[in-house]
Amino acid sequence: MAGLIFWRKKKEDKAQVVEPIVEPVIESIVEPATLETVVAEPVVSEPELVLSPVLEAVELPKRKFSGGIRSLFSRIKFDVENLNDLEDVLIQADFGVDAAEKIVAQIKARAKSSGAKTEAELKQILTDLLTEAFTRDDIALKLDSGVQPYVILVVGVNGAGKTTTIGKLANWLVQGGAKVTLGAADTFRAAAVEQLATWATRSRSEIVKPTTEGQEPASVAYETVEKAIANGSDIAIIDTAGRLQNKQGLMDELAKVRRVIEKQIPISEVLLVLDATTGQNALAQARAFAEVAQVTGIVLTKLDGTAKGGIVYAIQEQLNLPIKLVGVGEGIDDFAFFDAEEFAQGLVG
Amino acid sequence: MFGNLSDRLVETFKNLRSKGKLSAADIDATLREIRRALLEADVALEVVKNFIAAIRERALGDEVSKALNPAQQIVQIVNEELVQILGGEQKRISFAKNPPTVIMLAGLQGSGKTTLAGKLAKWLKDQGQTPILVACDLQRPNAVNQLQILGESVGVPVFAPEVGNGTGNPVSVAKDAIKHAKQKQFSVVIVDTAGRLGIDEELMKQAKDIRDATDPDEVLFVIDSMIGQDAVNVAKAFEDGVGITGVVLTKLDGDARGGAALSVAQVTGKPIVFASTGESLDAFEPFYPDRMASRILDMGDILTLIEQAQKSFDEEQALEMAEKLAKDNFTLEDFMDQMQQLKKMGSIKNMLAMMPGAGKLRSQLDNIDEKEIDRTEAIIRSMTPKERKDPKVLNGSRRLRIAKGSGMTVTDVNSLVNRFEQAAKMMKTMAKGGNPGLPGMPQGLPAFGGAGSQANKNKKAKPKKGGKSGNPAKRAAEAAGISLESQGDSGSGSAFGLK
Repeated sequence: MAGLIFWRKKKEDKAQVVEPIVEPVIESIVEPATLETVVAEPVVSEPELVLSPVLEAVELPKRKFSGGIRSLFSRIKFDVENLNDLEDVLIQADFGVDAAEKIVAQIKARAKSSGAKTEAELKQILTDLLTEAFTRDDIALKLDSGVQPYVILVVGVNGAGKTTTIGKLANWLVQGGAKVTLGAADTFRAAAVEQLATWATRSRSEIVKPTTEGQEPASVAYETVEKAIANGSDIAIIDTAGRLQNKQGLMDELAKVRRVIEKQIPISEVLLVLDATTGQNALAQARAFAEVAQVTGIVLTKLDGTAKGGIVYAIQEQLNLPIKLVGVGEGIDDFAFFDAEEFAQGLVG
Repeated sequence: MFGNLSDRLVETFKNLRSKGKLSAADIDATLREIRRALLEADVALEVVKNFIAAIRERALGDEVSKALNPAQQIVQIVNEELVQILGGEQKRISFAKNPPTVIMLAGLQGSGKTTLAGKLAKWLKDQGQTPILVACDLQRPNAVNQLQILGESVGVPVFAPEVGNGTGNPVSVAKDAIKHAKQKQFSVVIVDTAGRLGIDEELMKQAKDIRDATDPDEVLFVIDSMIGQDAVNVAKAFEDGVGITGVVLTKLDGDARGGAALSVAQVTGKPIVFASTGESLDAFEPFYPDRMASRILDMGDILTLIEQAQKSFDEEQALEMAEKLAKDNFTLEDFMDQMQQLKKMGSIKNMLAMMPGAGKLRSQLDNIDEKEIDRTEAIIRSMTPKERKDPKVLNGSRRLRIAKGSGMTVTDVNSLVNRFEQAAKMMKTMAKGGNPGLPGMPQGLPAFGGAGSQANKNKKAKPKKGGKSGNPAKRAAEAAGISLESQGDSGSGSAFGLK
């Protein structure tokens, strides 16, 4: 898997940038995958991309979450006879009863047709199953429309790790050469603005803070985008207050934040931050946030603990939401892109 | 999504009811459903297994086979065992004989320690204590700052010699804090610590060092009620690494069933002391094991509801109402009476939240307008006695007069009349036909849970004779149209704009 490619306006040629050819540009770069790009260095488009003279592709280096996830199998021996134990193991990894039953049934079916019997063979089947389930072509952050700044809205329940995720993501984007503006739209929790400001300093990003106490989050979000456009940012990342998904008023507020941003510019990504330690309620969270905020991807945090985050299996199956990033610690570099195979292999061990 | 346990058990018991005695196979079928319900509520698997084994043993014993209704008995056992594990009765925090009392908070990242520290400080202050907060989370950016802001807003001083953000030594801060508190004669010291993973040996050692330095009277383990199966690992790690004296469940205002509470209580054997239930600094209360048991099973807080209903519902009035129902002369006057009875039972929202199956409804509950009852009352009071007795006489000009008299619109009057007619129709049906009690409930208690759909299902499956509901609260609820019926079920109107 290649690193992440994001498309940005060429900085050298300001005259061209001003021209209102943003719309046609979007259509011209349908297939960025064919590009050969140099790691972490802005690259001028290849001749065949003359169609998009104002854009350049930047490839950001790949990140792996080596050693992040712990294997499911510390205790049980695993063979055809005790597949029910596997069901228990999956339940203990928060897959949920339904998903666990389903996976075990699939393994049984595959083992029957392939004649697999040994632990290694069965583990391979499980790895394959999980890899297939999590493999999809939309797990990369979608930063390719050409309409900049790309806006990333970050949402989730209280304590999931939104602010920390933003800090890490911003740092990595800045290191890749992007100009990033953060928006402190969590105007509710005490010191949330300051917490984000600390991450802005660490990551060398710009930050937009509320100007008055208790300012509407939507208005901070609006100002963030406004400033990001004015200061020529490549990316704007907007932090929001943690909210439990059953609080209708707060969810409405989130919908408003979204609407207000989109008055200025389309939102590229709405990332839902989920704590990997969360149990079955994560599904209810994902469902509610997907509906209200139109989530485009999941960030699975705190995978460095003993939790496995198995509920994402059900989330992705039922809600069709890709997992895009994972968080594996409190350090600024402790995150990675989600990689289905890596995740599956890590789990099965 | 998932049907709640009540629904499930109805399915399971459908075939059992006539037998009167449960076979081992019947019990196992029941236990399978209970197992699933517990797992879906995030109770840890090993805890579920032990739990089910214990229930099975009791259920197979004499206790059940001799019982009048064995199915009910199983649910009763489940509930008892749950409450038992969750700590039996409420537990209070222990204060030191020689102040200051030291309370240390510990837990994973994002579990809600700092917010809880603020709430706890406020709660203690309201009880006449003089607490001080200590900022020992020097890890997370601006955690110190956050605690200072919280302290200020609840009017409790904060001991914060270090700015944090990765610098400073929390152990020496904790040590100094105790000295400071003794000097200045604070009665309680609340030590906020950084979030840490159970497997992070270095940080667990640090937490232990803080503990050793402060010799706390309580070490409260703060845990997010949304946590899944990992709760057991985390709880064990903190119990072994730091040693805890009690547990605090946070974010209970969410819609997670909170099975973790059971896991943690079982694994550590430590009582759950507090529940944190919202973002406001008042949203903090002692933990009630019985309520939590019902929540985990998603059976609703039936006992409390019944208690309240019994307290507030006038027995005579109930009888009268039953007669009227049977005779089919239920009037708007009665409709209003019933609503007043409902009001007596306390906030409608709270009452609905106690009902089983309300798990699905909780989001809607927040949107109920309690004033709606008052408005309905105003409309009815603007009618003449004749109109109240016989709504059929309500023509256009009468409706206009009523609307003006009550300060509402004609549309409001129309919709009230419609709702009344629907309710009356429904009650008539109920009085004649069904209302089968939910198995597993004490005799005579109705199927609060998922009322409409479930009741309908039962009706079809097995109509029961002798239909008048023994429970006034149920009838009142249904009359007011707040039955928890699924959308599109035309049999129910909603008097409270629930839909």
